[in-house]
Amino acid sequence: MELSRRHLLFGGAAALAAPSVAFASAPGDARLILLILRGGLDGLAAVPPHGDPDHARARGAAAVPAPGSATDAAVDLDGSFGLHPALAPLRPWWDEGCFGVVHAAGLAYRERSHFDAQNALETGASQPFMVDTGWLNRAVGALGGRVGVPVAMSRTIPQVLRGDAPVSSADPLRSWVPEGSLLDRVADLYAVDAELGPALQAAMTTQDLLDPLRGGPMEGAGRRDELRRGARIIGAMLAATDGPRIAVAEAGGWDTHTRQAGALDTQLRGLAGAFEGLRAGLGTAWGSTVILAVSEFGRTVHANGTEGTDHGTGGVVLLAGGGVPGGRVLGSWPGLAVEHQLDGRDLRPTTDVRAVFKGVLRTHLLLDEAALEDRVFPGTASIAPLWG
Amino acid sequence: MSLREAAVALNRFGLGARPGELRSVAADPRGWLREQVGPVSPAPPPELASLPSSGQLVREAREKRQQSQDDPDARDAFQRSFREAVRVEMAQRALVHARTDQPFRERMVRFWANHLAISISKAEVSPVAGAYEREAIRPHVGGPFRTLLLAAEAHPAMLIYLDNARSIGPDSAAGDRSGRGLNENHAREILELHTLGVHGGYTQADVEALAQILTGWGLDRDGTAGTAFLEQRHQPGGKRLLGRVYPEGGAAEAKAALRDLARHPSTARFLATKLTRHLVADDPPESAIAKIEAVFRDSEGDLSTVHTALIELPEAWAQTGTKLKTPEELVISAARGLGYEADGEPMLASTRYLGQTPLNAPSPQGWPDRATDWLGPEAVLGRVEWAQKVGRDARVDDALGLAEDLLGPLLGDRSRQAIEAATDPAEAVALLIACPEFQRR
Repeated sequence: MELSRRHLLFGGAAALAAPSVAFASAPGDARLILLILRGGLDGLAAVPPHGDPDHARARGAAAVPAPGSATDAAVDLDGSFGLHPALAPLRPWWDEGCFGVVHAAGLAYRERSHFDAQNALETGASQPFMVDTGWLNRAVGALGGRVGVPVAMSRTIPQVLRGDAPVSSADPLRSWVPEGSLLDRVADLYAVDAELGPALQAAMTTQDLLDPLRGGPMEGAGRRDELRRGARIIGAMLAATDGPRIAVAEAGGWDTHTRQAGALDTQLRGLAGAFEGLRAGLGTAWGSTVILAVSEFGRTVHANGTEGTDHGTGGVVLLAGGGVPGGRVLGSWPGLAVEHQLDGRDLRPTTDVRAVFKGVLRTHLLLDEAALEDRVFPGTASIAPLWG
Repeated sequence: MSLREAAVALNRFGLGARPGELRSVAADPRGWLREQVGPVSPAPPPELASLPSSGQLVREAREKRQQSQDDPDARDAFQRSFREAVRVEMAQRALVHARTDQPFRERMVRFWANHLAISISKAEVSPVAGAYEREAIRPHVGGPFRTLLLAAEAHPAMLIYLDNARSIGPDSAAGDRSGRGLNENHAREILELHTLGVHGGYTQADVEALAQILTGWGLDRDGTAGTAFLEQRHQPGGKRLLGRVYPEGGAAEAKAALRDLARHPSTARFLATKLTRHLVADDPPESAIAKIEAVFRDSEGDLSTVHTALIELPEAWAQTGTKLKTPEELVISAARGLGYEADGEPMLASTRYLGQTPLNAPSPQGWPDRATDWLGPEAVLGRVEWAQKVGRDARVDDALGLAEDLLGPLLGDRSRQAIEAATDPAEAVALLIACPEFQRR
C-alpha cells in the first residue's frame, strides 16, 4: 500500500474514538515503564516507511530495505510500515495488539542538541531548561499515592523523575548485603542532610524490594543477556503486589553518526531483548502495563558521509504492553520527499510527544484532565492526547 | 593563619588534604594555590614519563589492524590490548592524583580534559585515548585557551571520537571519487560544548561551515605524527562561519576558525559558567560568573590569569561543602587522606565501581558537575558500601584524629560524634569517608 503525503491519520482518528485496549481494572494495577533511549534513535530505520515512494531515494545508504527485497530487509507490519529486522521478535505482539508505534513524533524544541532535547523531553516543557521538574514526577505527584514510589533503574535520578514527589533508584543487577551497623549509623548521620538523607532512605527501601527477585536463571553472561536479565527483574519488581508501579530505565548508544547499519542492528537487538525480558518478568501484570520507548529526536532522512546519520527531528515512540493501542502506527505521515522534510533534512514531526504521554496518563494511569492540563503539562491545551 | 581557609584550599581547590597538610598550608592558603598556577608548565610528572606518544599509538594500531585483518581472534586480542594500555595509563594517572604536591594544577588539568572530553565508549578511540590528556591538555593549561583548544581538537583521539577523521569534503578530490561526504559531529560539538555553548548564537549553517573548514584533519597514515592534514579530503572554497568569511587556506582555515571561536564573547561566558560551577557551587552566583567572564575576555583567554582569578573569588571561600565530590574525587581524596600512594590500580577499580570509569564518559559533554547528576539513591548506597570496604582495608587506629587532621574546622559535631561512637576502627574510618563533610568539598 503506497503511502502518499495525502494519507491520513494512520489509526489516529479511529484510535481517538475507541482504542481496543485492556484497561487496567483499577488504578493501582496499571504499570508504566518509560524507556529513555539517549542519543537520537533513527525512527526511519526502526520502523521503515517502505510504503512511502520516496523512502529509498530519500534515505540513500541509510534505508532499511523493503520487505522481501534483501536478507536484511524490514519485516512488514501493515503494508506501509515495517519493522527493522532486529525488532522482528516484536512482530507477533503487533498481531496480539500489544505493540504499536507513533511515527513522526517529536518535540516542540527543534535545535538538535542532545543535552537540550533530552531536557525538553523529560521536563515536558516546550523549550529546554524552562522548569526544574520532570513531567513524570509531576504526574506522580498529581496521582497521589495511587502509583507508589517510582524507581529509576540507574544510579542517579533522570530529569523526568526529578521533582517534589518522592522517587527511588536501583540497579537491578547489583546487590549489597550491608554487614554490621554501618548502614544504620550512616542513615542516622545523613538524617539531617537534605540531599544525602532522602537518597539513602529511598535506596534502602528499594533494596528490600529487589533482593528477593535477584535469584533466578542466569541466562548467559553477555551484554545482551545482562540487559534481558535486568529487564526481567524490573518486570518482576513491578509485578509484585507491594512493588512500585512505575519504572524508568535509560539506554545509550543510539547516536549513530558512523556505520549505522551494524551499530543500530546491535542496539535494536538489545532493545527487543529488553522488551522480551520485561514481558517475561511482568507475567500476568503484562495485561495492565504500558511500556513507552522514546528518544530525544530522530535522525536525518539522508545518510551522511560516514555511513551514518546526523541529529534530526521527527522520530518514533514505541508502545508495548497490554495497555497500549497496539497493532497500528499512530500519527500523521508527512512524507519523505525533500520538500516535505523539515529544513530539507529531517522527518517532519506531526505529533508532539506530549500527546502520547497525555494519552498514557489519561487512559492508563487515569490522571484527570484538570491535573494533566494544570500540573503536568501546563500551557499545552492545543495538544490533544493522541488517544483517549 | 587560617585553618578554615587551608581546609577550603586543600579540599575544594585541591584534591583532598593529606595528613599534616592543613597545618603546613594554613600560613598562606591562597599563596599556596597561586604557586600552582603559571604560564610555564612544569615537566610532566614522573608517573607519566616514558609512556608512548599518540603518533606511536596510531601507527601501532594501524599495523595491528592490518596484521589481523582476516583473523577475528587476533582483532579481539588487539582491541583488548588497547583497553589494557588505557588501564595502565589511567592507573599511572591515578597515582599522580594521589601523590601530587600541585593538586590545584592537577584539578585544572582534569577540568579542561573533561571540558574537552573524549571517551573510549567509542571503541575506536582506545588506541590513542590514554595519550590525549598528557599531550593535548596538560602542557597547555597555563597558556591561552586558543592554544589548548587547537591542541585538543587536532589530537588524533578527538578527531576519531567526534568522527572528523572520516569526514570528507563533498567537493574535494576524495569526495568526488568515493561519493562519501561530510560529517558534522565534530563541528557541532566544538560550537555547542567546547566554545560558544548551545545558546551562544550559532546556527545550523555555522555547524556545516565549520564542518567544511575541518575537513582534511585526520590521522597520519604514513608517519608517527598522529595527526595529518589530508589535502585531498579538504572541502575547497571559502566558508562563512559566524558572519566571517574564511577563504580557501587548507589547514590554516581551522586554526583561524578555532582562534576566532576562542575569543567569541559567548565563549567567555560559557567557560566562566563552567569554571565557577566547578569551584563555587552547582548553581554559581552571577557575580562570580561575571567576574571570571571579564577576566577571560580581558586576558584574551589566558588560563593562568583566569585560574588566578578563581583563587581570588570571594564566592569560592564564603561557604563550605557546596560541591558534592564526584566518584573520582572521592576516591582521590580518600587515597590522599589515608596516605595511600603505592598502586593506582585499586584506585581505578574503586572509581569504576562507583560509576565513573576514567575516559568512559557517556557523551562528549564529559562527566557532569552537579550533585543531582551523581546523587541517585543507588549511587549513595554504593558510596556507603565502598566506604565500608575502605574502612576494612585501612590500618587506621585513630579515625577521629585523622578526620580532624584532614577536615579541621569543617568537621561538624554530628559527624564527630558518629566517628567517636563507632563499633570498631574499621567502622570509624568508614564513617569518616561516608560523612557529609568528606563527601563534599
